Amino acid sequence: MDFDNSKPIYLQIVDFFYESILARRWPEGERIPSVREVAMMVEVNPNTAIRAFNYLQDEGVIYNKRGIGYFVSENGYKKVLDIKRKEFIELTLPDVFKKMILLDVKLEEMSNSYNQYVNDIDHENK
Amino acid sequence: MVEINNLQFHYPKSRTILDNVSLDFTPGNIYGLFGKNGEGKSTLMKIIAGLLFPTAGNCYVLNEITSKRKVKSLKDIFIVSEDFELPSIKISTYEKINAPFYPKFSKNQFYDLIKEFKLSPDQKISTLSFGQKKKVFIAFGIATNTKLLLMDEPTNGLDIPSKSQFRKIMASAVDQGKCIIISTHQVRDLHSLINHVIILDQSKVVIDKPLSFISEHLWFGKPKHHDQDAVIYSEMTFGGKAVLYKQDKDETDIDLELLFNAVLSEPEQINNALNTAYHGARI
Repeated sequence: MDFDNSKPIYLQIVDFFYESILARRWPEGERIPSVREVAMMVEVNPNTAIRAFNYLQDEGVIYNKRGIGYFVSENGYKKVLDIKRKEFIELTLPDVFKKMILLDVKLEEMSNSYNQYVNDIDHENK
Repeated sequence: MVEINNLQFHYPKSRTILDNVSLDFTPGNIYGLFGKNGEGKSTLMKIIAGLLFPTAGNCYVLNEITSKRKVKSLKDIFIVSEDFELPSIKISTYEKINAPFYPKFSKNQFYDLIKEFKLSPDQKISTLSFGQKKKVFIAFGIATNTKLLLMDEPTNGLDIPSKSQFRKIMASAVDQGKCIIISTHQVRDLHSLINHVIILDQSKVVIDKPLSFISEHLWFGKPKHHDQDAVIYSEMTFGGKAVLYKQDKDETDIDLELLFNAVLSEPEQINNALNTAYHGARI
């Protein structure tokens, strides 16, 4: 895993979990890799990995079955979706808007680009 | 696990290398030991391993004074030193001769690591390159499963893919009963592994803190204009990285290189920031 320098590593691991859940690689109700496996996968200290697991548990995204391991919560996908949507709207969009104003990109241009993009993806999938 | 009290050390007819050093190492952690060249990192490791004796003060490992070199503590200490010499024998012979000194040695683990490092048990150690010899030594050290594992510049000489392998192996090697101390200049290689940082400078310990504690008190990154008052140390590299008082800002990742330079140039301010809690509004 490549770490970017702005976020603490445990939060970057949290993002890696979110991605895996959103991409349905880790389905709801299914067991996810153990703390040790995750630590090895992303080459971090297991103590750092535990911090990520605790964080996700507090968010209700995963839960622990004593002696068995960690599982994605039944409504885990929905929870992650809400968290990531909120993050997108509150953090990513303002950055985009800032650049749009700086570069004088009109809302209409953006909406055209967006439609073009969606179109291209549709074509690719056909 | 390791308890060092008021340790002093100097080599015969030389200046003081370690001056009144007190440290406490507990199991379940990977400690990163940093310092400029000649600041006593290797000396400290050798004292902990019982290879050098302190001039004053004492060093206990598992409640035994290490300079007494009792079997009880030696069987639970392994040091992967920076310079080493391995005999000119087969890897498997090396294992057979040395493993019996370590009661918790795992043969399977050793040969798994040898395989993972793309070596074979039949290879003669003298025919290997420096990096490959280092891999044999690291694999043996990890497989001893000693409670205390000391590593001096372990990634020196390792090729690029091996560094990632090394991190994976170390991430799996640490458990609640083990204490690992790594000294290095290659902070980027080991940044994600260590969870406690110790910096030596001018013969003294200038910082000794868990990383989680540091990231609660210090902020790393590009300061915004209104943050200028909170800047403790800054570098004029591209983008202008700086260490700031964290205040109510979001937690950032710790830039160890930046922390190291900041600690050496502004030790008082850094320690001040770490020792005074910020009582701001928390979100």
